[in-house]
Amino acid sequence: MLRQSGLEIDGYDEQSRSYRPQCGSRPDLAMKIFNERDIPIQVAVGNYDLGICGQDWVEELLARYPGSALVKVKPLPYGNRDLCLVADASSQTGTMQELAASRGSVRIATEYPNLAESFSLNLRLRRFSIIPVWGAAEAYPPESADAALISRTDDAPLDPSLLSLTTILRSSAFLIAHRPSWESRDMAPLLERLYAAIGVLQLAAQVSTTPATAGAYRSTRPQSDPTAVWLALPDGHQQAPVLEFLEQAGIKLIPNPQEPRRPGINLDGVRTKIVRPQDMPLQVANGYFDLAITGEDWLSEHLCRFPSSPVKKVLRLGLGKVRIVAVVSKRLPFDSTQDLRSPLRRHGFATLRIASEYVNIADRFARDNHLTPYRLLPTWGASEAFLPEDADVLIENTQTGRTIAQHNLKIIDTLFESSACLVSNESSANGSELKRKRIGGIIDLLSMSAHQN
Amino acid sequence: METLRCKGSRDLLPADMARFRHVEQVFRSCCLQWGYDELRTSTLEYLHLFTSTGTLTPGMLSKVYSFLDWNGWSGERVVLRPDGTIPAARVYVENMAQSGMAKLFYVENMFRFEETGKESRERWQCGAELLGGADPSADVELILLALEVMARLGLPDIGLQLSHAGLIRALLRELGLAPAEQSRIFDQIMDGQTGEVMAEMIAASPLLREPLSMLFDLRGNSPGFLRNQRLALAQISPRLETSMDNFIAIAQLLTDMGCSYQINMSSGKGFEYYTGILFQFQVGDRSVGGGGRYDDLIPLMSGGDICASGFALDVDQIMRLATDSAPAAPRVLIRNLDETIRGQQISFETAALLRQRGYIADCRQGNAEAVAHRWILSIRNEGGKARFLLTDRTGGKAAELDSPTEILGILQIANATKASPS
Repeated sequence: MLRQSGLEIDGYDEQSRSYRPQCGSRPDLAMKIFNERDIPIQVAVGNYDLGICGQDWVEELLARYPGSALVKVKPLPYGNRDLCLVADASSQTGTMQELAASRGSVRIATEYPNLAESFSLNLRLRRFSIIPVWGAAEAYPPESADAALISRTDDAPLDPSLLSLTTILRSSAFLIAHRPSWESRDMAPLLERLYAAIGVLQLAAQVSTTPATAGAYRSTRPQSDPTAVWLALPDGHQQAPVLEFLEQAGIKLIPNPQEPRRPGINLDGVRTKIVRPQDMPLQVANGYFDLAITGEDWLSEHLCRFPSSPVKKVLRLGLGKVRIVAVVSKRLPFDSTQDLRSPLRRHGFATLRIASEYVNIADRFARDNHLTPYRLLPTWGASEAFLPEDADVLIENTQTGRTIAQHNLKIIDTLFESSACLVSNESSANGSELKRKRIGGIIDLLSMSAHQN
Repeated sequence: METLRCKGSRDLLPADMARFRHVEQVFRSCCLQWGYDELRTSTLEYLHLFTSTGTLTPGMLSKVYSFLDWNGWSGERVVLRPDGTIPAARVYVENMAQSGMAKLFYVENMFRFEETGKESRERWQCGAELLGGADPSADVELILLALEVMARLGLPDIGLQLSHAGLIRALLRELGLAPAEQSRIFDQIMDGQTGEVMAEMIAASPLLREPLSMLFDLRGNSPGFLRNQRLALAQISPRLETSMDNFIAIAQLLTDMGCSYQINMSSGKGFEYYTGILFQFQVGDRSVGGGGRYDDLIPLMSGGDICASGFALDVDQIMRLATDSAPAAPRVLIRNLDETIRGQQISFETAALLRQRGYIADCRQGNAEAVAHRWILSIRNEGGKARFLLTDRTGGKAAELDSPTEILGILQIANATKASPS
């Protein structure tokens, strides 16, 4: 679309390692690449005049902060996806009516917690819990959630074990603007080019509450077994090293093409699920998994938020080592956390803006170090892009420090070192001797492998 | 200077607190005399207490302060109390339901978001709840209690507007609307959007103009008006009779008690939990409080088939309007001119004696000078003996005295000759 509008942009492609693309024909146009989810926030706070992102993330922001300074300028003719509420096909909540009439607490896993909460309130659910996840929300029902609010595209069919209850939003890519910029700045020359490229095609994003009818599919999953041990394994870049580690311990996963996030395993009475490592501590705290392989960083993040959580680390696996560090721009005269304290105002910082994916670790870091006043900016990736314009400090993980240096940033403090670890819930066995033995057996196997490493 | 106060928050300064305490004291005194017992509920409640149908409207829920507590890993959200009635009902269900009737009152702060930040997001309310009373006389008791509080506070020209949630609900049902639509329209009326929702309904179905106009546009001030309305509305549906009879009984009793009111169905602003009479108190065009009957709330909390009604007064508004204030005790500033330990001891002992006799005795610290004090008592040491100089700042008179007994004598004479010496 940008190319069609005559804006030749360098540095905006899959392989690009820069977050700041350049436009040769419009040198006055400053651009930055963010994770899509961060864009509505960045535009709303006025760091950018215009933004392009999915409408779902715009609505996610507005569901919580309806007064955000955003103008929804125009839907764009691509990036179509639906936000659907899905449930497990074998569950009791096969229709919206059944969900709404539920007497117990309804658990909804989602990457869109604000939209899920707004939807639940408007549906007048008597009692509900929103389980915010970083990804793989569809893997949570039925064991860990009653429903999931997920994003779907037409070319990705719904997992046959899931049933779509309703579509709450039809979303496409969207052009948005900062409201005061829209009111006072002449952006017409740029907009004319974009409008010409978009043409007359407009996609309607419609909210529908029509409930879907129940499908005929019934899950063939084994019945619930109170002595079964649930083991959560990480997806993403941790997946390959963890698989290798498990093999060293003699544990083999058996691929399950029907349900790829639920592979089989060569251990009796053990069931596995592959989810984001970020989400595991919360799931273990709620008893949905008995054991999980996650990172110490995400365990720490969880414990900073919920200090009395029953999740505990049982084994440090020693793989996937990273450091959690405090980072600033090389242009700033700060070389240590100490430098961030009193001289703030002397250097013109009315408020220290701290960006991080680890929002609770960052909060504790700021509190413990008396960095006052400070403001936290939760990010969802591409965090280095925030410095120096949109944040002053970044709390980030790094293996070698190379990426940080490439973006003209410097490390001023190391908060702690993190590696993969096995976590469990103190009350997991729940009185079952068999389950306790099974959990102990897995810990022993992994323990031997960890010592070999 | 940069403001350090949080946006949308308000401090109550000493002068505000004097007015606040006066409102609170009058409210407490009235409630206790009417046989109500004081309650203070928790500031934090579970969100789910407020989310069921029949509690708060989605519009109100979008303005509550809800969050995950430090142990909220299950996703169970807590909320800063947005309303006083639902927590009071919870306390009743958990602690008092066995005893049947309970008359409770509270002075509590409520938290609701307000977009501009110009209005305070923390509002203080004086509320009373009568749980276990189903008769119209229970509603009338609450109205009379609220009116007595406001009268004792000297509020001028208090207006009382009556409406009836049961009648509105019954009418929406009789119009053949789907249950979800009935709830949506009722919520909009409770959120104060009666005009808009009526226009919307009439535009969608012009035949509704007559019954809606009959109910919402006409105003009356007697039970006779309601009897006329009952006859006219019976043409639409005889099933409005139950609510109408209840409304008439309450209006009749208020009239018999010499209480004037306006019947205005459009004034029916309030909470989704209301099921019967709704009342609003106004001074000029300002709402200063209101309440109503909520017979379904206790059953919804599994507390049994218990009827209830209640009201709340807006302390912030009443503080601005109340003309009467509590008389303050005479105030004495004690200046110790003898810096020795013995001198300080005499100073504190003299102050304690004055306080015992009902005076405000303020020992001067640092360089503080008299501000609101009528009297200044200077204490000095003359050859090991304390000497007192009592000055009346209103008349500029001063008396040299030898003992605290003499001080009390002069203060008592001055107090007797002037009702409010300060």
